[in-house]
Amino acid sequence: MMGPSIHKKVDSIVFGVFSPKIIKKMSSAKVVTPELYDKEGYPVDGGLMDIRLGVIDPGLRCKTCGQKLKECTGHFGYIELARPVIHYNFVSTVLTLLRSTCRECGRVLIPKNKIDSYAKVLDQAEQEGGISARRSKIKEIITTLRTTNKCPWCKSRQQKVVIEKPTSFYENEKRITPIEARARLEKVPDEDCMLFGINAKAFRPEWSVLTVLPIPPVTMRPSITLESGERSEDDLTHKLGDIVRINQRLFENINAGAPEIIIEDLWDLLQYHITTFFDNAVAQLPPARHRSGQPLKTISARIKSKEGRIRHNLAGKRTNFSARTVISPDPMIDLDEVGIPIIVAMKLSVPEKVTEWNAEYLKKFIDRGPKKYPGANYVVRPDGKKKKITDETKEQVIEELQPGYSVERHLMDGDIAIFNRQPSLHRMSMMCHRIRVLPNKTFRLNPAVCAPYNADFDGDEMNLHVPQTEEARIEAEILMQVKTQLISPRYGLSIIGCIQDAITGNYLLTKALNFSREEAVELLLAARENDLSSLSNKQKFSGKEIFSVLLPTDFNFEGKSKGFTGDEKVDMKNDTVVVIKKGQLESGIMDKANLGEGSGLMLRNLVKQYGEQKAIEILGKIFRLGIEVLLKLGFSCCLHDTDMPKEAREEIENTLSKAYEDVDEMIAQFNEGKLEAFPGRSVEETLELKILERLNGARNKTGGIVGDFAQKDSSTIIMANSGARGNPLNLAQMAGCVGQQALRGKRIDLGYSGRTLSAFKKGDLSPDSRGFIRNSFKKGLAPHEFFFGAMTGRDSLMDTALRTPKSGYLYRRLANAMQDVKIEYDESVRDATGNVIQFNYGEDNLDVSKTEGGKLNVQRIIKSVLKA
Amino acid sequence: MDDVLKEYSKQLPIKIIDEVKKSVPKNVSKSKLKEIMENILEEYKSMKVAFGESVGLISAESIGEPGTQMTLNTFHFAGVSEMNVTMGLPRIIEILDCSKSLSTPMMEIYLTSPLNKGKGIKEYAEKIKETTLGECIKEVSVNLGNSTIEVETDDNKMNILKITKNKIIKIVNTSLKGYTVKESGNLIILKPRGKEDTVNNLFKTKEKIKSIYVSGIKGITQVLPVKKGEEYVIVTAGTNLKEVLGMEGVDSSRSFSNDIREINSILGIEAARQSILNEVTKVIDVQGLNVDVRHIMLVADTMSISGLVKGITRYGVVSEKSSVLARASFETPLRHVINASISGEKDELNSVVENVMLNQVIPVGSGVPKLVVRKE
Repeated sequence: MMGPSIHKKVDSIVFGVFSPKIIKKMSSAKVVTPELYDKEGYPVDGGLMDIRLGVIDPGLRCKTCGQKLKECTGHFGYIELARPVIHYNFVSTVLTLLRSTCRECGRVLIPKNKIDSYAKVLDQAEQEGGISARRSKIKEIITTLRTTNKCPWCKSRQQKVVIEKPTSFYENEKRITPIEARARLEKVPDEDCMLFGINAKAFRPEWSVLTVLPIPPVTMRPSITLESGERSEDDLTHKLGDIVRINQRLFENINAGAPEIIIEDLWDLLQYHITTFFDNAVAQLPPARHRSGQPLKTISARIKSKEGRIRHNLAGKRTNFSARTVISPDPMIDLDEVGIPIIVAMKLSVPEKVTEWNAEYLKKFIDRGPKKYPGANYVVRPDGKKKKITDETKEQVIEELQPGYSVERHLMDGDIAIFNRQPSLHRMSMMCHRIRVLPNKTFRLNPAVCAPYNADFDGDEMNLHVPQTEEARIEAEILMQVKTQLISPRYGLSIIGCIQDAITGNYLLTKALNFSREEAVELLLAARENDLSSLSNKQKFSGKEIFSVLLPTDFNFEGKSKGFTGDEKVDMKNDTVVVIKKGQLESGIMDKANLGEGSGLMLRNLVKQYGEQKAIEILGKIFRLGIEVLLKLGFSCCLHDTDMPKEAREEIENTLSKAYEDVDEMIAQFNEGKLEAFPGRSVEETLELKILERLNGARNKTGGIVGDFAQKDSSTIIMANSGARGNPLNLAQMAGCVGQQALRGKRIDLGYSGRTLSAFKKGDLSPDSRGFIRNSFKKGLAPHEFFFGAMTGRDSLMDTALRTPKSGYLYRRLANAMQDVKIEYDESVRDATGNVIQFNYGEDNLDVSKTEGGKLNVQRIIKSVLKA
Repeated sequence: MDDVLKEYSKQLPIKIIDEVKKSVPKNVSKSKLKEIMENILEEYKSMKVAFGESVGLISAESIGEPGTQMTLNTFHFAGVSEMNVTMGLPRIIEILDCSKSLSTPMMEIYLTSPLNKGKGIKEYAEKIKETTLGECIKEVSVNLGNSTIEVETDDNKMNILKITKNKIIKIVNTSLKGYTVKESGNLIILKPRGKEDTVNNLFKTKEKIKSIYVSGIKGITQVLPVKKGEEYVIVTAGTNLKEVLGMEGVDSSRSFSNDIREINSILGIEAARQSILNEVTKVIDVQGLNVDVRHIMLVADTMSISGLVKGITRYGVVSEKSSVLARASFETPLRHVINASISGEKDELNSVVENVMLNQVIPVGSGVPKLVVRKE
């Protein structure tokens, strides 16, 4: 057996700054020449690509650790700077220190007796508001110090220090060279540093003036070999080359005793190069550029932003054993299954440990090899070496195979995979499915799970991940299975439900359909209901009876259908009161209010009473039953649905004409100045409001007329009534009148030219000119109407385009701020630091995804107890 | 009955017990009630949150996910008698950012009797509204000949506001320095004191005059009496909670502003928390979305837990985090790392991102429990 494995865990990370001494100590090479390679193309000793700094060429060995490419992680080097240079990122620290410490003795410009009281104030601030509060308090104190002109310790006069951005300091017009600055910072004693929030152990102030510069390992800045055999160096190497070159020049000039001006110029140049090495986007400096003119990407740019090291490589990682293709629907697979193409099944694999008992079984996989399904791709030895299975190595591998090995076999039905669609906005965007290997090249999913993924099939792609360890698989199964995600933690109702055809089908079935025994059995079997014992011996069955077969025999439920009004008589007539007694649907129509996602408690109660597994099975059956019903009946909507009888057309025409007349009347009144303004509004606004109201009223009325005259059994109406797709308004727009096009809540504005289109008179306030579409979609739109429709269409497109990044950013901020808030064992809600945010989660400790719409259903319990 | 309920008061939230009290028939037997309570308790226990559940992230998801479905610039435009108020995503961002200046500050002022019956409400509303001089003036003109400014007052408007000419002169006198103000006929004439003013200056003052504050409550630019349910309330554009709550006839226990910072400074942090909750709920309800209160509550609590209202921004809640890496992974990573190294900060790695960065188990959910094994 394997010995106990010990994992090392990082417990904490302390931040600090390297001292020059440590930089030298941790370096494995001193860089002295800007040359990179010699004539043979071999890295120069003491150059920037020195092989003591690590290797990036295959075949070479690192001189420091003796390892090869990819094994050696690289080693730091250093260069000795001819003259010290200020580290750009610490400029502000240097400035505050220069300003608030004595230029002679280095002490803080606070009298001895006050130091303690200030220290106390700062400590208190830190205790109350954390380190950031301390920093802001320090800032306050420092601003008061600037006016002091005499050191309270050594009585020497102080001068005003100004900064000339980015990196030069002046005192009385005289430059403070980095050497001087460093000398002054050295004098600041450790205990005074503490006042500034500087931990002298982690960071001595003088370290912010560099005397040696660490050279990052070559592995961090690998060069790439172009096709032509030419080498192209990394941006950092370029920048370091500049630094080394100028540094050498500076050395030579100083040694040669060159004039001060030349030396200073070179010094400034060195300062520039080192500054841009750290940050190439300093406001006052021109960014260092490639010869092509594109700015170099230096250290800051590597870390920062979404594509930077932190967000791109550290907080987000890449993964193997994943696949991505287009998705398509398949209602015949189970809700918690995902269909994957054979090609994918043969590329992805699951490692299976070889034991005495499954060795023969696994050998068969190896024997079939990687090209025949179901086969195996690799064999992993106990020491971690991977061996590819090919036709040649097959036999040898089988021979070698023994317990302790693992075989990476192809995916098979029933394996576990995590399925995901971006944007992954909530936890239901990544769920665990069982694999079904299917022909063709798309991922197949049951349309009922479209809602949580927010997927449709207009070309959407989805990702699939295969967990590789036993632990990961178990965790995925327990926490991420579709059935565990049935109830949304957002509102405590089922987020998975029937959609589209499944709703229409069940609506029709439970409304008025009757089937013969044969047909009923056929339907139920097609929906994969195998337990037909609850079907009575009758020869004819109503739709409700057929539907009831799917329900558990002890299920009781009372609910409402979509058209529920509360008026008993109307509800009886429309059959909108859902009553299920002992698994029999006694009254009520099954529509979106009962079967759809996020609505109604029926699915919620099924989960509660019979558990997730049973609920998901029932839901799958209901879904398929709906589709089978439609398959049997045939269902399609057509242009004919929008046909209106003559009376209806006339009535619509009259309504609109009447509205037009009324509006004309209002405009006339307005022009005569007779219109009375609403309180708090101008006359113009009042007119607009009145017109808008009148026109909307007219449109709604046409909608009503269309609703009255439309054939009740037309497919369009059925879909709208069942809640599957569309609403009465859509039909009204097709058959009656499209209505007012609104931009920013108003009618379409006249604009600068005083008219919306050149076809109208200036200042025209009539409905036509301001974007009222009188025609229906079926009748066809007039040119100006079409144009107004396009205007609002464009507006809504822009809206979506602008909204997505905004809401994305809001979400990122929320998630970042709250990601570490969790429930502790004492039931309190705390963040990572241990601050209590709530004493009881949501004031009652209820998990929303376990509630019924956010509540504990007291009424139901009382009823059930009192009845019994 | 109360005795039985009392037994459970420690184990069940008050809200549930109250609901039982309300909905159980009065004549229920003790044993039945006991049975009910046992059932409720059992169900309650099964519905409790699991330890370690990362409720924070769930709340963030529950608010962030519907954010994509919200429409951007929805103004509340329900008919004639409504004020325009920013709604939808921009409003949510505004609330969670805790921005200083709102795009549509607004107040709902509840009134005491008899005003809430609608009696004299119009006049009362006028009294609240900030009036500037520009509103009681017909015309302002510059007389270049005498280099004076002539103001013609609007007597109609002044009657409504109950302001006399003398009062206006007084107001102008105190708020405009360097001018002598006189009445002549129906005009008010302003003359520069001492030297003659430049034409440029005269025109500048002419504009200034219009914005001189006359009466009402500062900051309230529009008032609208609205019937809400049984009573009348005044909806205003612009807020000034302090002044309004002090007015006679205002029901100060119910009137509120939509400016969370203002509420915090006047009514305190508890009120601010509640108002975050109310405002977010309002927006989400208007959009027809369904988000449980618990999530909004948790966000409101994280924002107000420090005693100040902190926005969900890099300057607010996120800057409070103890972990350097967590802050760095959000925004401005360099600044955080540099400041951390100056003060030698220690990252204890006890939240989520740091451990993701280091490929370690995150201390949330199933990562919380630890297994201790004795080594043989």
